[in-house]
Amino acid sequence: MGVEALGWWGVPLAVGAGAIRVSTPFLFVSLGEVVTETAGRINLGLEGTLVMGAMSGYAISYYSGSPWLGVLAAGFVGSLLGALHAGICSLPRVNDIAVGIALLLFGTGLAFFLGTPFVAPQAPNLPSIPLGFWSHVPQLQAALKVNALFFIGVAMAPILAWVLRNTGIGLMIRMVGDNAEAARAMGYSPLQVRLWATTFGGFMAGVGGSFLSLYYPGSWSEGLSSGQGIIAVALVIFARWRPMYCLWASLLFGGAGALGPALQSVGVSQGYYLFNAAPYVLTLVIMIVACSPDRTLAGAPGELSITK
Amino acid sequence: MSSIHAFSLDDRRVDAGHGAALAVRAPSLDAIGMTKRFGDFTALDHVSLTLHPGTVHALLGENGAGKSTLVKCIMGFYHADAGELRLDGKPLRIANPRDAQHAGIGMVYQHFTLVPSMTILENLTMGLGFRPGRIDWRAERAKLEAFLTTMPFRVPIDSPVSGLSAGEKQKAEILKQLYLKARLIILDEPTSVLTPQEADEMLGLIRSMAIGGQLTVLIITHKFREVLAFADEVTVLRRGRHVGGGRVADLSVADMARMMVGEQASREHAGREEREPGPVMLALREVTALDDAGAPALRGVDLEVRRGEIVGVAGVSGNGQTALVEVLGAQRRHEGTVLVGGDAFGGTREEIRRHNFALLPEEPLRNACVGRMSVGENMAFRHFDRPPIGSGVWVKRGALRRRARELVERYNVRTTGVDAPIMTLSGGNVQRAVLARELSGEVDVLVCANPVFGLDFSAVADIHGQIVAARNRGAAVLLVSEDLDELLELADRILVMSAGRIVYEAARATADRQSIGLHMAGHA
Ligand SMILES: Nc1ncnc2c1ncn2[C@@H]1O[C@H](COP(=O)(O)OP(=O)(O)OP(=O)(O)O)[C@@H](O)[C@H]1O
Ligand SMILES: [Mg+2]
Repeated sequence: MGVEALGWWGVPLAVGAGAIRVSTPFLFVSLGEVVTETAGRINLGLEGTLVMGAMSGYAISYYSGSPWLGVLAAGFVGSLLGALHAGICSLPRVNDIAVGIALLLFGTGLAFFLGTPFVAPQAPNLPSIPLGFWSHVPQLQAALKVNALFFIGVAMAPILAWVLRNTGIGLMIRMVGDNAEAARAMGYSPLQVRLWATTFGGFMAGVGGSFLSLYYPGSWSEGLSSGQGIIAVALVIFARWRPMYCLWASLLFGGAGALGPALQSVGVSQGYYLFNAAPYVLTLVIMIVACSPDRTLAGAPGELSITK
Repeated sequence: MSSIHAFSLDDRRVDAGHGAALAVRAPSLDAIGMTKRFGDFTALDHVSLTLHPGTVHALLGENGAGKSTLVKCIMGFYHADAGELRLDGKPLRIANPRDAQHAGIGMVYQHFTLVPSMTILENLTMGLGFRPGRIDWRAERAKLEAFLTTMPFRVPIDSPVSGLSAGEKQKAEILKQLYLKARLIILDEPTSVLTPQEADEMLGLIRSMAIGGQLTVLIITHKFREVLAFADEVTVLRRGRHVGGGRVADLSVADMARMMVGEQASREHAGREEREPGPVMLALREVTALDDAGAPALRGVDLEVRRGEIVGVAGVSGNGQTALVEVLGAQRRHEGTVLVGGDAFGGTREEIRRHNFALLPEEPLRNACVGRMSVGENMAFRHFDRPPIGSGVWVKRGALRRRARELVERYNVRTTGVDAPIMTLSGGNVQRAVLARELSGEVDVLVCANPVFGLDFSAVADIHGQIVAARNRGAAVLLVSEDLDELLELADRILVMSAGRIVYEAARATADRQSIGLHMAGHA
């Protein structure tokens, strides 16, 4: 009925609304990973962290009745996983990529194991802010219901950019990530800084996970994440390690993720699965377009194992 | 977790008045009985060293003698297995470089330690100590600029370090130590990347500060000229042992050279044979290439090298020489043609083998070695798949080791063994190892870039001898070097490269420093 009223206009609207909804986990995971990678580490385990965050956030929200407490718990669990990654990587001759993959499997496995009791019950979800109150079109009202976490994420991007540029902490993170030897010569401890940077990355990924289980889709199940944690890592490279670019890239990926459902809502059901694959195709296309045989990756932290 | 807080306990920052009081007096330093082992290899064996306040002390020794190891022990980068340090007579415990910085000891390392993506302003500000919060860039800039006005050279403080020339980076490293109010400065081969004028200017400044009693200086160098002109005292190391030293005024170059290499007979080197150059072996036609940032690095290079001649390429660093060598090593995409022995050359193993093409790029550890693989494996990169080392799909480890041992012997590579990872070798020995690999077989074309960068005098003579011998045997040699003296000594023809083009050519007989210098500077 409503769809008829809007017709094809429903597609961009749904994509826009979807972009905001779907982008939030991307945004949190990628902003955290920007900090981790700027410090010279890559944490591929964030997919596991995301799923653990989703599970623990949901569980705490269920037990306590407060979804915001769930978000905090998710962040806390994420921090632990981040610290675990950093701790293992501090040992000599350990490769951060291998540890990341191990933690990815560990995180998802543990979440599925601990999460079975929470598949059925409904935990209280995060509230949203109805920014479409002025309109009478129900689709518009629905589209403009935006979760507070999204705004927090949007605010984080410029704040992180500013911190990396203008504070001692930010400069220290960039230093250990670009030339650990130099940082050590000036008395900074790369391992310490990376520990904190990876812990922060874990925290953000955990919070991103809680958004999945506590808002959209808004329940806990094993199929909750479809690789957002991994895509967000690729997104950081695409965003050239800049927080503001992460914001735009997250919105782009969110929009791509919303394409399938949006088309379905106006009755285009053919190729539904194909449209659902849009974010993955986009990842590949972007990686191919962004690479160049003539140039080094501008902005890549010098100590990163993948670009070194 | 606690050391993150320890950062903020730094007391040597910002406070100019307090710092000035510290900066006025140069300290003395005694290192007593320093010993450092890597596994069962003893890099330093009870070495003692005394730096008197307000003096410039030179540390000499062959490649791999243990000079860098000694100063890294003083800086807290390595932990000495035995030995103690005394600063102004008082025992000093240094666990890490930050402790050294607190004690007023600063070091300029052999490789650069500025963070490439950050500006000099950011780098120096971070060096002052850790302050977690917001940085007041206006105040920091004002403070740095005020400091720079008291210095004899200037550096651009707002562009990322990665875009600076080697000379600018080196100056910035030294400015950093002075800015951090180091009273004792250790310089590890500070002048290898500088032009002679820049080196004199910098060493002159440091010496005047030492004479003024503000600074005690320990300098590692391979250049006797610098020792004679700028140092008061010298200590000589050989194979990890202290073998001599004294006041520079009492020693001659011959004395110091003898202490460095011991009584071993110096090798005879082939002299240049007069010979007519043969047919063209290496030719570049209209070669253009881009640098890493996508800007033009080569803008149409044409050159020819004939059999039996050494063609030198001179130029201030950063004018396309790196790209030129990378194109020849098939490490950089290019337009235009590269001909070797008349055939188009793409750098495949097959072509390299057919034309006996040898390459010694700059920074060989990065560009021609795999750091974590062993010396033996690195030396076999050209031949691992052919007899006697390769047999079918197998690599015969025994044959590989035997051949490596032979080369280590013949080319005088100092290593703990052929199974040691090549990155544990000192800079000079990596160079020798790569040269051994490249020159040991038949050579028709040889391309070298800065082949004696950072080498001691006997190694320089060795390697120059090898290059001339290759020429005498009829190889076509392209020698890219920032050291004009080296080119004037070795080359049959000198080309000058500027802004990605060959802008000048001079034959050996008519080459003069003056006009080459003018073309290098782009003034002609
Ligand atoms: N981390 C390490 N592990 C093992 N061996 C090492 C290590 N660092 C240095 N060495 C060995 O110790 C010896 C001394 O090295 P060092 O770098 O002090 O020489 P150097 O006198 O500075 O030489 P150069 O003039 O070439 O810089 C060398 O034989 C080197 O192979
Ligand atoms: Mg050294």
